Amino acid sequence: MPTSPEPQPILQMRNVSKTFPGVKALQNVQLTVYPGEVHALMGENGAGKSTLMKILSGAYFPDPGAEVSIDGKPVHIDGPLSAKAHGIAIIYQELALSPNLTVAENIYLGREAHRGPAIDRAGMFAGCDEILTNLGATFGPRTLVGDLSIAEQQMVEVARAIHAHSRILVMDEPTTALSSRETRRLFDLILRLKAEGLAIIYISHRMAEVYELAERVSVLRDGGYVGTLSRQEIKPESIVRMMVGRDLSSFYKKEHRGGSTGKPVLQVSDLADGKRVRRGSFTLHAGEVLGLAGLVGAGRTELARLIYGAEPRTGGTITLTGKEVSFDSPGAAIAGGVVYLTEDRKAQGLFLDMTVGDNINLGVIGRDAKFGGWLDLARARSRSLAAIKALTIRVPGPEINVGALSGGNQQKVLLSRLLETQPKVLILDEPTRGVDIGAKSEIYRIIDELAQGGAAVLVISSELPEVVGIADRVVVMREGETVGEVGGATGVAITEENIMALATGVQLDKVAA
Amino acid sequence: MSDSLSTTKQAGPTGQRARRAQWRAFVRSIGMLPVLIILGALVQGLDIYLTGEGRFLTWQNLSIVAQQASVNAVLGAGMTFVILTGGIDLSVGSILAAAAMIGLIVSKSLGDLGIVAALVMGLLIGLGNGVLIAFLRLPPFIVTLGSLTAVRGFARLLGNDTTVFNPDLPFAFIGNGSLHLGGFVSVSWLIVIAFLVILGSWMILRRTVLGVHIYAVGGNESAARLSGIKVWAVLLFVYGASGLLAGLGGVMQAARLYAANGLQLGQSYELDAIAAVILGGTSFVGGIGSIWGTLIGALIIAVLTNGLILLGVTDVWQYIIKGAVIIGAVALDRYRLRGSART
Repeated sequence: MPTSPEPQPILQMRNVSKTFPGVKALQNVQLTVYPGEVHALMGENGAGKSTLMKILSGAYFPDPGAEVSIDGKPVHIDGPLSAKAHGIAIIYQELALSPNLTVAENIYLGREAHRGPAIDRAGMFAGCDEILTNLGATFGPRTLVGDLSIAEQQMVEVARAIHAHSRILVMDEPTTALSSRETRRLFDLILRLKAEGLAIIYISHRMAEVYELAERVSVLRDGGYVGTLSRQEIKPESIVRMMVGRDLSSFYKKEHRGGSTGKPVLQVSDLADGKRVRRGSFTLHAGEVLGLAGLVGAGRTELARLIYGAEPRTGGTITLTGKEVSFDSPGAAIAGGVVYLTEDRKAQGLFLDMTVGDNINLGVIGRDAKFGGWLDLARARSRSLAAIKALTIRVPGPEINVGALSGGNQQKVLLSRLLETQPKVLILDEPTRGVDIGAKSEIYRIIDELAQGGAAVLVISSELPEVVGIADRVVVMREGETVGEVGGATGVAITEENIMALATGVQLDKVAA
Repeated sequence: MSDSLSTTKQAGPTGQRARRAQWRAFVRSIGMLPVLIILGALVQGLDIYLTGEGRFLTWQNLSIVAQQASVNAVLGAGMTFVILTGGIDLSVGSILAAAAMIGLIVSKSLGDLGIVAALVMGLLIGLGNGVLIAFLRLPPFIVTLGSLTAVRGFARLLGNDTTVFNPDLPFAFIGNGSLHLGGFVSVSWLIVIAFLVILGSWMILRRTVLGVHIYAVGGNESAARLSGIKVWAVLLFVYGASGLLAGLGGVMQAARLYAANGLQLGQSYELDAIAAVILGGTSFVGGIGSIWGTLIGALIIAVLTNGLILLGVTDVWQYIIKGAVIIGAVALDRYRLRGSART
């Protein structure tokens, strides 16, 4: 906590905007952080927290007009090195350590101690020993980082930041991979760092942690700055409201149908993978759009991949139209009428070097084949042309490489591939990620039409307005478990607040009040 | 890539982008053909300049070049399948030797069945590679590096480390005879076989479901798996095909020489096959490439070898120049396709 009546902020960011082609990721965001405080940065998935932190760390450049000052002096951060020189250190969710090197080598990475041309290992070990002891580490500098637990690796990251004389430490969801005991130890460490005068920017979705640690909380929403709460004002309900309180764009709106009126098509109970999914249960009906909401890391994608047979499961049952099934591969799932749209279309969905036509037809060329394996080129072409027309894919012809298309059109190509197989169940993972507004509403229309045509659609989405807008019913996951449901027979209204409450574990009645 | 050359009539920015994409596809599809033509012209020109007679561009010499390219083209076809999936097969030279050995040994007692024996030998070893790569998920480089050595030893074992010789080889016509068309034109069987292999490979790659799956696995393996493609089946096929074609290469070599030596036959053929594929513009990470490119690549290597011998360049310098041309040609190719290609 600042001690003097007019404390000097260690970091001030003002008027920070960031425009990506077609998207305004940040607009006039501000953030003021004092030394010796834990400042929580909160917001929904995609609210702009990561973008803001990437600007702070020099990974992105802000739009002109942004002001960043450290210790009251304006600074210009033009790269990761310059951020480091200004005493800024970031610990990302995916730790950035080399597992094949020792703790000392990682801490000294890029600033190796040397005596003449030779590396000074003894000096490095000694230097690390001191820092590690101070942090209360139970491992030595000679340990290989790959042999450490995630919690210990985080400690190495902290040690690296201290060694670099960092004064502003950003921690991005540091507890997602930690056990509760490890979390406890991390908190002790954070409190110690705070006492030594470091400023810690703490990004987390977990209300309880923020409540325990933070002096102040700043909330972002849709790339804009909503406000900052002081210690006395921090209440879970008010934060949730700040995070979601926005007008619904009208294009999400559809008429909410009854939802679970159709026959149950897919019933999933107690699905688990022994890792990220602990207990996944829900029922999906014909003609229904079921939303699967939850914060990043809640295990939604993992649950979907279990159903689809893309990963092995350790427990639970899947019932498809009354029969218990067990897909041992995606091919088996597709044959059973279950298809999955990946959240990462470039890495896991599309074949960017192949044509639009090949991408659309990939799932059905086997069914269409003549004489057991020869391509039916005429059929493929007519299928492609029909799909391009049906989903209004903007492309001169099916022979264009799919890599040349915009995000929205690529997504439609991928969607076409699924639709060609005439599935009964569609699992759509972030169907509108990286897609422009126009294509978004077209994809919503397609989803709606599919459901009206009798398909059962499960939509995984991190965008709450999207879930609220298109789903007949929403199942919410938290930390690997399906924890609740809104809409449909529950009688609970599908609102962002209600979903967020379930997703964060804040009591529903408190928020609703 | 000839399928993607049809023209579109749209105007506007998308049409422009489409035309650019088509131009790139065209540039890619003609690939190294210009290099081959320039190389041929250069050899012919230098020969005229140095000796006063152009011996390169004669029907007889070109026929020799094609024969020399034939075995490499067959191995290259198999290698194209493998590299298109993002893999590599270092064992084809050794497989060729083992297949030639078994073919000759069997031919002594069972005649033409030697051909079958050689092909089966090649196929089995290739499938062995494929099983290790597809099911045990071992890296292709390491698996085939292992079989490069092990199969070489096996080939020597087959002949008790001696040269196997069959002066009455029933299928010797493959290596030395010609197909006579209308009594006028005659084409060496080696060339006919190589051409049929290339044609067959093209059919598989461009006209079958399997071909699309091969490109898909090489282009994006996790997407291929998620879209229901049996990746293991594709991998099994490509390594099996590479082994089978190496076996065919063994038949061709045995037929030409009436003999095979487990130690010497096919040494470092895998490198020429890889060079042909890469010269043909196939991406080393998989997913992009064509079988015609491999044919041109094999011809470039053969023209280079033939030309350097015609010009009286010593053996030592032949190696140096060949290596430099391979690197230079690929560098040129990458430069030409900058921005559009992954390597």
